[in-house]
Parts: sequence; structure tokens; C-alpha cells
Amino acid sequence: MKPPPFEYEAPTTIQEVVALLQQHDGEAKILAGGQSLMPLLNMRFARPTALIDLGRMTDLDYIREENGAIAIGAMTTKRSVERSDLVKSRQPLLHASTTWIAHPQIRNRGTVGGSMAQADPAAEYPAVAVALDAEFVIAGPDGQRSVAASDFFITYLTTALKENEVLTEIRVPVLPERTGWSIQEVARRHGDFAMVGAVAILGLAGGSCESARVVLFGVGATPQRATSVEQALIGQAASEALFATAAEKAAEGLEDTISDVHASAEYRRHLAQVLTRRALAEAAERA
Amino acid sequence: MATMKTVRMKVNGVTHESEVEPRTTLVDFLRGPLALTGTHVGCEHGVCGACTILVDGRTARSCLMLAVQADGAEITTVEGLATPEGLHPIQQAFIEEHGLQCGFCTPGFLMSLVELLSENPDPSDAEIKDVLGGQICRCTGYQSILKSVHSAIAKLRTAGVAAQPPLA
Repeated sequence: MKPPPFEYEAPTTIQEVVALLQQHDGEAKILAGGQSLMPLLNMRFARPTALIDLGRMTDLDYIREENGAIAIGAMTTKRSVERSDLVKSRQPLLHASTTWIAHPQIRNRGTVGGSMAQADPAAEYPAVAVALDAEFVIAGPDGQRSVAASDFFITYLTTALKENEVLTEIRVPVLPERTGWSIQEVARRHGDFAMVGAVAILGLAGGSCESARVVLFGVGATPQRATSVEQALIGQAASEALFATAAEKAAEGLEDTISDVHASAEYRRHLAQVLTRRALAEAAERA
Repeated sequence: MATMKTVRMKVNGVTHESEVEPRTTLVDFLRGPLALTGTHVGCEHGVCGACTILVDGRTARSCLMLAVQADGAEITTVEGLATPEGLHPIQQAFIEEHGLQCGFCTPGFLMSLVELLSENPDPSDAEIKDVLGGQICRCTGYQSILKSVHSAIAKLRTAGVAAQPPLA
């Protein structure tokens, strides 16, 4: 339970980070808040030749509103997101999802960029990013590029980030008017990784569902959009009965549902339906 | 062996400078070279909370930090709570309300509560439980710990002091 040896670098500019990544040729790991990487090192599941610590990159720690989106620096801690008045008022779904993540002691150090780049299938932030069509700003040897959330999460613990690239910012659009949101989750204890979670975003116009986005997490390799639920809602009058019928389709598109010691695939598919129904009802109340 | 690094940090008001291997976790640095064994090592993957300390006034799992990451930081461990005059009010409350049995988890509970009560001297039960949820105790039972927290809140209020002394 002690990490293997590695070199340690603490750069202060993005250029240095990218240069170090190139120098170590895919064998270095980026250290953000360390709340996922350090366990992997302690258990020797990861054996990088070097750690590139972003802890001194203070210019990656910010939350600001720009062009209809909340721009969050990759090194912003979850605690900062949780306590941000801007996030609370302009992107309450992001605030609510943060309070589901682990415990205050972990949120003090765990970062937004770290969670996104880790891409744990049971984590809240990736699901929220997919639900909100967040954009990921990435720096690499060829400069900066941006990737949509739908293209960022590839599979278990794997993202669109290439070996020599580093995530610098996450841009989360603010919700349009008359749009409600909800995040629901079932875990063994509050703060544990979700067995299953559901995020719903519902836009209502004259009592009818104008737009719908439902994303499930903890069920497959990446956050999964429940498109058949979304289709069952669009254009229909919002009601408890509609949400119940639509939520029954939540398990339809799920392929290779996770089955492990925490919950069987069957139970997860059941939870997906129950949580989708609850999330739709709550989102409608807030719309 | 990897290149050694020099780290300098203030622990409980005392500045320490030392050469460390990058892979040395902060908790091993505190317990080894600094001989501050009050901070306990439990699961070593951030779950149990026994190693919780304050880094610049904020709780952190010292098993999930490297000593090199704490370069320039101010650290408070459980050894920093009592004074020559007596125990910290939270420590005293744990004794009086049976907030511990074996005591292995206690340093982590104390440090998490120092952060909570210095930021919020009058937390709700839900807020207290949110923090206690990040600490695992397998023998006392959380009811006695919850009673200890309420007792600590009253003691701090009566004494008119902050849970966390200002950083030096």
C-alpha cells in the first residue's frame, strides 16, 4: 500500500505541462487533486515514471460566467464549486450534483478536471457534463482544442484526451428559461459511488414537454443518454402518468449493464427506471 | 530511486525542512521523520478518514497527499489541538460523551470537526452527519459521537472561542 517510485514535477505554466508530457512520452500521469490517482498509486494499479502535479497551476482555479456558460478551470476544487454563489444561482444542477460527491474532506481537494479526466462510470460530473452538453477545453502540443461532452467520454476511465494533452477548462452552459432539472442517485451510503444515478433536464412550454434530456450513470462504461425516454416525452403533456410510462423505457437502450458485487445488472436496470421517473417528476416541478 | 525533493512546511506552528522521496505520502512523512504519530494510517485509499488533517485550515486525507504537495503549506494535526492548559473542547467533549472506544479513528474525527465547527459554530444535524459520513468508526457507534459534537458546540459557545486557532 505504498506508491512505487516516480519523478515529481510541479510546473506553473500549461506550456511546461505539455513539454513534460512529451518528455515522458506517455509514461507520466497528471496529478490534479489526487483523490482518485493516489489510491491507484498506493495500490500500485498505476506505475507512472513521473507525476506532473498541477497543484501550483493557480491560474486553472476559477469559476466565471462567459457567453452563456459557466467556465470552470480544471483545478477548481469541488468544494469551490459547492460554495460558489454563481454556480448555485446560474447552474444549480452542477451545485446539486457536487453535494452527492464523496464527503467534504474529499471535496476539499478533488477537482472538477480530475473527475472529468478520470471518467469513472459511476461518477456524477461526467453524467452532468453529458446532460448539459458541456465543452472540454484541452491543451496539447498543437495548441488548444475543444471537445463536446458527447465525444469526450470514450469508455471506462478513458477519455478523448491524448497522451500529451491536458484538460484545462470545462464550459457548462446555463439552462434556458422554463427548464427544470434533477439528479437522483442510489448508493449504499451517501457519499459512496452511485449504484445508479439519473440526471433529467426538462423544458416545458404551456404544460407540454418541449425538450428532454435524460442521462444515466453507474449502468455502463460511460454516462448513457436514455434517448427512448427522451423521445417518449417530447411534445407530450407533462404528467405523472407520462413520466411513469416514459421512465419504463429507461432500461431499453442500456447495453452491457454493469453487474458486480454492489448490484446485479437486473437491479441496476430496475433502479434506472425508478430514478428516471423521480428525476422527471422533480425536473417538471422546477421547470 | 527517484530524485529527492526538498520540502518545507509548518506543522502545528513549527517549520520543518526535509529531503523526501516524491512517493512519500504526507501521512508517512508526519509519522516517520516528524514522529507525529497522532495521525493514524488506516485504509490508505481515502475511505476511512483516520489520517484526516488540516492543510491550510482545510481537511485533507494525508494518505492521499504526497509530502511534496504540501511544500509551503501550514499543517495542523491532532497534536496541535491541546495546549499546556488542557485539551481542546472537542477532545474534552469526546471523553465526556464516550465519543471513542479504541480511539483509532478519533484523530480524524477531531480534525474534521475542527474544520466544521470553525466554519459553522452552529451546524444542523444534517450538516454534522455530512461531515461524520466521511469518517469511519467501527466500535463506538455514531450516536455517542453525535452527542460529543453537540457537547463540543456548547463548550465552544460557552468559552467564546473558535474551534480552530488562527494559522500562525
